[in-house]
Amino acid sequence: MAVLVVAEHDNEELNEATLKAVTAAQAIGGDIDILCAGNDCGSVAEAAAKIEGVRKVRCAKDPALEHFLAEAMEAVIVPLMDEYDAMVAPATTVGKNFAPRVAAKLDVMQLSDVTAVEDADTFVRPIYAGNAMMTVKSGDAKKVVTVRPTTFQAANAQGGAAEVEELSVDLGDLKSQFVGEELSDSDRPELAAAKIVISGGRGMGNGENFHMLDSIADRLGAAVGASRAAVDAGFVPNEYQVGQTGKVVAPDLYIAVGISGAIQHLAGMKDSKTIVAINKDEEAPIFQVADYGLVADLFDALPKFEEEIDKLGYKAG
Amino acid sequence: MKILVPVKRVLDYNVKARVKPDQSGVDLSNVKMSMNPFDEISVEEAVRLKEDGKAEEIVVVSIGPEKAQETIRTALAMGADRGILIKTDETVEPLGVAKLLAKVVEEESPDMVVLGKQAIDDDANATGQMLGALLGWPQGTFASKVEIADGAANVTREVDGGLQTIKINLPAIVTTDLRLNEPRYASLPNIMKAKRKPIDMKVPDDYGVDIAPRLQVVKVTEPPKREAGEIVESVEELVSKLKNEAGVL
Ligand SMILES: Cc1cc2nc3c(=O)[nH]c(=O)nc-3n(C[C@H](O)[C@H](O)[C@H](O)COP(=O)(O)OP(=O)(O)OC[C@H]3O[C@@H](n4cnc5c(N)ncnc54)[C@H](O)[C@@H]3O)c2cc1C
Ligand SMILES: Nc1ncnc2c1ncn2[C@@H]1O[C@H](COP(=O)(O)O)[C@@H](O)[C@H]1O
Repeated sequence: MAVLVVAEHDNEELNEATLKAVTAAQAIGGDIDILCAGNDCGSVAEAAAKIEGVRKVRCAKDPALEHFLAEAMEAVIVPLMDEYDAMVAPATTVGKNFAPRVAAKLDVMQLSDVTAVEDADTFVRPIYAGNAMMTVKSGDAKKVVTVRPTTFQAANAQGGAAEVEELSVDLGDLKSQFVGEELSDSDRPELAAAKIVISGGRGMGNGENFHMLDSIADRLGAAVGASRAAVDAGFVPNEYQVGQTGKVVAPDLYIAVGISGAIQHLAGMKDSKTIVAINKDEEAPIFQVADYGLVADLFDALPKFEEEIDKLGYKAG
Repeated sequence: MKILVPVKRVLDYNVKARVKPDQSGVDLSNVKMSMNPFDEISVEEAVRLKEDGKAEEIVVVSIGPEKAQETIRTALAMGADRGILIKTDETVEPLGVAKLLAKVVEEESPDMVVLGKQAIDDDANATGQMLGALLGWPQGTFASKVEIADGAANVTREVDGGLQTIKINLPAIVTTDLRLNEPRYASLPNIMKAKRKPIDMKVPDDYGVDIAPRLQVVKVTEPPKREAGEIVESVEELVSKLKNEAGVL
């Protein structure tokens, strides 16, 4: 058995989601190699080589791989799969984009957004916004798996000393090309990796009011998230959305402010360790999953909350 | 330009899925079914492209039971021109759906296939990408903006870090995200008109592809249930409990 884990990175740093994918790959079993595909991503390959339990790092560098376009990723990965029994990638927007193409090319059914690996053939994954968990046994010879990072422990990022192999890359004629991007440059932790997340919903009223969440987040070292309604209304950008069709988070503390708690939102945060809901409607469904509920107007509660954590020593950022 | 829009009939997004006691699946008897919300967005986008004079014909296709005809009719009432129902009572996985769609593409030669990014029942987020690979077409997934010009589409995509724009040559696959548009409600006259639009009836065998499931369902269970906690009286109490009881501050 051998498993190819496709690293998630930004050409400079290895993303923590990769470490989670390695853990999932270990549960499948066999030798684990990591593919770093990108542009000038030598530092990523070095970091990957240090992950405990990795046999080999394979590095594919090409300007056309800089933005991980699905077609280019497919062209790199599919030929490599002759040597592997499974491919594992984090279920990020990058992984979700290319993995199904690899699966179709190998004529296998992808296992999407897997939350547990029972054995080399058996996987658990959420369906219906996480209102049901499905255990499936794959009859395919090779497995193509995307894993939900929040449900796997990170593999040890240190202790390994894998060799790094440079691959020769032939991408052929690509029919897609990168035009541009608008990425948020925030100093706050990434939503998916933050220990504390504070999210606002339609109840926030407008984007300006999100400053109340920002300043609490800066004190706590938290990430800021949002419901779909807040994103659709233009309060905050799309990458803030937590939920079935947004990001899945499972921090130690999730604070939902002015969010009603629709199933699609719960799907993205109900595995958080401690959930707090602040909502003025005591009937709001969010209270059914909250460990601590505060029935209050958020415009009163948030300033007080900030004062109280200030007393605990969480100073302004 | 001709656009193909695959639409799936799924449990309505407002209905909470109930797991069957025998753990064989989710109970779909006597529950409201609707068009997958992302597919409504796809239909809307195609209709807008037609209204803008960028597209001439919109064909919708659904793979599913007899009743999926209703889903097709909804799309026709929104402005699609004709439909194809590939009738089956079996569950067809995204790989099987993609293979059937690849055959439909062969017959129909569309310039673009617009799918939803995800079906809200299987949450697979796979079919569009698979179809792209089978056809050797480029893809613009999770689209929040699509602009057609000079035989290509500029697609703005919702990605983890923000927004990314790519240019893909036609023919191409687009999968839709929530912010692409707001789907219209069909007007009564259009619902009446849709009744006369043609729907081609097919079965998977007509296409000669193997759609047998690759994943055997071992069981479907309820997720661990979260108990509601307590209602606190004040912010002071909340912060104190977060510090002293939950230990998260
Ligand atoms: C296909 C599909 C996918 C979806 N995916 C997602 C997803 O990924 N993530 C997601 O979040 N949603 C998603 N949704 C949308 C979801 O169904 C809900 O519409 C959405 O989560 C509601 O957002 P909200 O709770 O902010 O707004 P609302 O439901 O309008 O709730 C606002 C809440 O704020 C409270 N409030 C108002 N003013 C105050 C105040 N001053 N103080 C305190 N409380 C106040 C109100 O009591 C209310 O409970 C999806 C829907 C569909 C159809
Ligand atoms: N049975 C089906 N019939 C028609 N279209 C489908 C079907 N299954 C999936 N699709 C399309 O593929 C998209 C993604 O579905 P999935 O890959 O299952 O999450 C959906 O939004 C539809 O556009």
